Amino acid sequence: MEIKRTIKYEADRVPGFGRDVMSVPGCEALEHCIQCGTCSGVCPLSIYMDYTPRQVMELVRSDFKNEVLQSHTIWLCASCYACTTECPRQIRITDIMYELKQRAIKEEVYPKRFPIPVLAEEFTKMVHDYGRISETWLVTKMYLRTNPMAALGMAGLGMNLMKTGRFSLKQDKIEHREELAKIMEAVDHENGKAKA
Amino acid sequence: MKYAYFPGCSLKGTGRAYEESLLPVMKHLGVELQELDDWNCCGATAYMAVDEGKACAAAARNLAIAEKSGLQQILAPCSACYLVLNKTQHYLHEYPAMRQTVSRALATVGLRCDGSSAVRHPLDVLINDIGLEAVKQKITRPLKGLKVAPYYGCQIVRPYATFDDQSNPTTMDRLLETLGATVIKWPLKTKCCGGSLTGTLPEAGLRLSYILLKEAIKRGADVIATVCPLCQFNLDAYHPKIAAKWEPVPIPTVYFSQLMGLAFGLPADQVVLNRGMVPMKPLAAAMA
Amino acid sequence: MSAKKEELRIGFYVCHCGHNIAAMVDCAVVARYVETLPGVALSRDYKYMCSDPGQELIQQDIREHRLNRVVVASCSPLLHEHTFRGAVEAGGLNPFYFHMVNIREHDSWVHTDRGEATEKAKALARAAIQRVAHHKALEIKKVEIHPDVLVVGGGIAGIHAAMTLANAGKKVYLVEREPSIGGHMAKFDKTFPTLDCAACILTPKMSEVGSHPNITLWTYSEVTKVDGFVGNYTVQVKRKARYVNEDLCTGCQDCISHCVFKEPKFADDFNEGLGKRKPIFIPFPQATPQAVLIDPEVCLNFKRNKNPDGSPVVGDKCKKTCVEACGEKHAIDFTQKDTLQEVKVGSIIVCTGFKTYDAGRSPAYGYGNYKNVYTALEVERLVNASGPTGGEVILREGKNADGSPKTPKSIGIIHCVGSRDKKTNLWCSRVCCMYSMKLAHLLREHTGAEMYNFYIDMRTPGKGYEEFYNKLLEEGTHFIRGRVGEVTDWAMTPEEEGRLVIRVEDTLAGVVRRIPVDMVVLATGLEPQADAGEVRRLFNMSCGGDGWFLERHPKLAPVSTFTDGVFLAGCCQGPKDIPDTVAQAGAAAAEALVLIDKGYIEQEPNTAHILEDECSGCKSCIPLCPYTAILFDEGRKKAYINEALCKGCGTCVGSCPSASIVQNLFDDQEIFSEIEGVLAYD
Repeated sequence: MEIKRTIKYEADRVPGFGRDVMSVPGCEALEHCIQCGTCSGVCPLSIYMDYTPRQVMELVRSDFKNEVLQSHTIWLCASCYACTTECPRQIRITDIMYELKQRAIKEEVYPKRFPIPVLAEEFTKMVHDYGRISETWLVTKMYLRTNPMAALGMAGLGMNLMKTGRFSLKQDKIEHREELAKIMEAVDHENGKAKA
Repeated sequence: MKYAYFPGCSLKGTGRAYEESLLPVMKHLGVELQELDDWNCCGATAYMAVDEGKACAAAARNLAIAEKSGLQQILAPCSACYLVLNKTQHYLHEYPAMRQTVSRALATVGLRCDGSSAVRHPLDVLINDIGLEAVKQKITRPLKGLKVAPYYGCQIVRPYATFDDQSNPTTMDRLLETLGATVIKWPLKTKCCGGSLTGTLPEAGLRLSYILLKEAIKRGADVIATVCPLCQFNLDAYHPKIAAKWEPVPIPTVYFSQLMGLAFGLPADQVVLNRGMVPMKPLAAAMA
Repeated sequence: MSAKKEELRIGFYVCHCGHNIAAMVDCAVVARYVETLPGVALSRDYKYMCSDPGQELIQQDIREHRLNRVVVASCSPLLHEHTFRGAVEAGGLNPFYFHMVNIREHDSWVHTDRGEATEKAKALARAAIQRVAHHKALEIKKVEIHPDVLVVGGGIAGIHAAMTLANAGKKVYLVEREPSIGGHMAKFDKTFPTLDCAACILTPKMSEVGSHPNITLWTYSEVTKVDGFVGNYTVQVKRKARYVNEDLCTGCQDCISHCVFKEPKFADDFNEGLGKRKPIFIPFPQATPQAVLIDPEVCLNFKRNKNPDGSPVVGDKCKKTCVEACGEKHAIDFTQKDTLQEVKVGSIIVCTGFKTYDAGRSPAYGYGNYKNVYTALEVERLVNASGPTGGEVILREGKNADGSPKTPKSIGIIHCVGSRDKKTNLWCSRVCCMYSMKLAHLLREHTGAEMYNFYIDMRTPGKGYEEFYNKLLEEGTHFIRGRVGEVTDWAMTPEEEGRLVIRVEDTLAGVVRRIPVDMVVLATGLEPQADAGEVRRLFNMSCGGDGWFLERHPKLAPVSTFTDGVFLAGCCQGPKDIPDTVAQAGAAAAEALVLIDKGYIEQEPNTAHILEDECSGCKSCIPLCPYTAILFDEGRKKAYINEALCKGCGTCVGSCPSASIVQNLFDDQEIFSEIEGVLAYD
């Protein structure tokens, strides 16, 4: 039998992390969490999570930054907003999940071959490059980066889409791509992280 | 009645049946839709996960283009687009720092967004602007005997329920009843279909779609009516995978606009029932 | 009043109030500053002016330094004006040669800069010094207290308050809106944690009230108007027509059995709509008074239209078998009308209770959508032997295998429905944890069902409450810590088929669970009555942001209100259990007794009077007075004020076009010199 130590030392915390998250617009109400578990109770995906949404809320508040940013939970959130709607303390849990996803990506601590953050990255890149999403290419790119073999399993789906006229290899793009690029650059600049 | 029209990427791709059926229906009701000039992707759920500032700026570009066009009402049929554009409006109103960042970014390309436009969903427009009475008058083939499970999904009522009840939305129910259909009572109206997890984490995502299909059949529905291209894709295109993983649950999922087209007696190429993967048999039978 | 000018000798005292004031205001600096002001004979700072040595200091100084005015800068006059006036009087001065400055609530507690706070204290002190110079000697007036008491609301709070007063020999009017007293407690089956039968302990008190010679019981009645002030209230009560003469009805109920409706047909409010009643009915077997009443909305002898006065039109369609059955008692009277009655009382105890949260406002729990979802109050009636099912727990929907009405095999009780929720009510309703456990115990006793209680936090802070929790744990009740996400009826597993499914995170185990049950009970929270706002205005009370009536002080005056002579008891002040309600009702009765036994109250001499020489007789003040204290002397063509009625509101003073009305303690000289004092400070 293998045993595992699960104790948390104070040194495992990153003091200030919780306060920092709660200072982000939309995340303030987390202060009022009473750990009732309504979020997990209504979440359709909580049954697959390593920490339930409620536990994530407490881990954030208690400054367990590493545990939170490396958790699968934040990536399993499908943004259905059920938790946000039902929370008796009106905590915008979905928006907190978004905030945590952003931090995980920024710090590059998310699970590497996990398709969900990869999809988010590829999606963002495609919007950045072309202004629009072409679903076929997006999905292809995601599989190539995560599990190329699984892409084969999708062949049937592709065939079916083709049959119903919903399959296209054309990369849709907007006309003024430079305009979008300039806006994005300006946002970076505004956020004080423009690369010289 | 004239609206700015924001189709979003899906309505040009896998969700094209939505656009192909919605546009003729709106035209039939005398509504003019003017597609936004050079619109870009709203960012959906993915962009918010990467960079909130940029996600808002990208979405705000569309709002700015709409404001520039002089049309104050933006019709956004896709649930994700509807939510993201609305959310951006909220952020711009509620958070001055975000408003400043976005305004300055837009200004670099000569655009401005003062948040004056309203992002509207077709159901909202149909019920509140056009009215069910006007819809009723266009019906030539009432959907008598057709049992429909109305499926709203998550993002049009949550978290910004502007035109319907968050827990128990009824706009589509009322619309379908007006079309002559029988609306099935089921508790899964606003449950999640799995979203993009059907592709990224099928074990979890597909199961949610499977539950919806199974329950709709169990409650005697002939067809599921939806308002979202991703929901429609998950419930329809993934059926073979669902059947292989659990059991066949063959019930077609169509856009409400397709059912409207049917009831209005519009030609087949404007109802586009041929775009579904699950056979439309029950629908055809009910209509025969 | 303007007698020969004596030399002003003002004594000034600034209080540290421990750190409360001294931490933010440099008291010594304030004292040294005031010392320099004209008319000030001495100026001191002291740690606690309200202490005995503090008061002694004032008295001693008055004698030794021949002070003729005193100013204390300390806390709010609400707290200690009375104290210091007493000290000044004990020192041999008229108590109204005193003025108080609030440098705590108005200064030290609300500022963060010590320098600025000190400057503000100096300015306020200067204003008071200038004002007090103009103070006059006044006399406190005594007003007699009418010894009768009005108790509004006949739940357990009103019953207990009324009985306490009546047993002390006082005359009480008990007014209850419903046709019987008893309130919510009469609906309960058992009471926690002792599991006493609610009816067994309540109904003896009810009938005592009904027969007590000192209590006038008016049920089916509502207070419609309250005039006057402490000691002298005039109250108007509307007595709704019950179409049965209470004095003649013996409660034999022959009329009910002979009603042309053979079967009860109409929703029975007392049983939360679970049972049915006839158009002529008695709310419940132990109702007090034991008198039937007729519901004109459904009685065949009434037409559906109304007379111009709002009363229903009496028809002649019915055979009136009830009248026949009543026979010579002649208690039934279809022509009865609502009547208004007026009573005079000296004090009022408001015990108007609560209403339960409307479970339909929490759609995730399916109340109204799924038939087998119940509210706690419905279950109270369901387990009650005199309830609609005779105490048998049978469900609204479903059948047992043998075809009989379904009895539940497993039951989930959801706590905190409409409590601790920002979207509905933020407060904890205090009683739900305990009554949920009580219902868990009773339901288990009645059905043998598997019991699940879903809670956020268990709150059992009462005598014997934690022990009761322990008892439930021993009984094997499952306590799952988690607020339920939803109650639904779609099945994932064979055992879920045809049942209600509760989805919840078991937060202690850290897993999400689906639990199929046959019955769901919603522990709905407590809310202010729907018309609490109107009642509040009627009795001139305040309420908090949450809508509960506000006590004068949360700790030190818990049953008083901001209106003298009006007291509070029970849940109208906030959620509480029966022991606390009864304790509060006793306290409110005691407060009323204090007033009555003292016999009079001292009235602040802040009344207004008219300078007869200057009154032009325009009468513009007369309609403005909210207390109808201003009268007109037709002979001399002058207005005059009845000082016994004047409450010192100042409305007439401000509105008099010839400035001929003066109010004691607030005359122009006093006010203007106070303003000048503040403004002169730089």
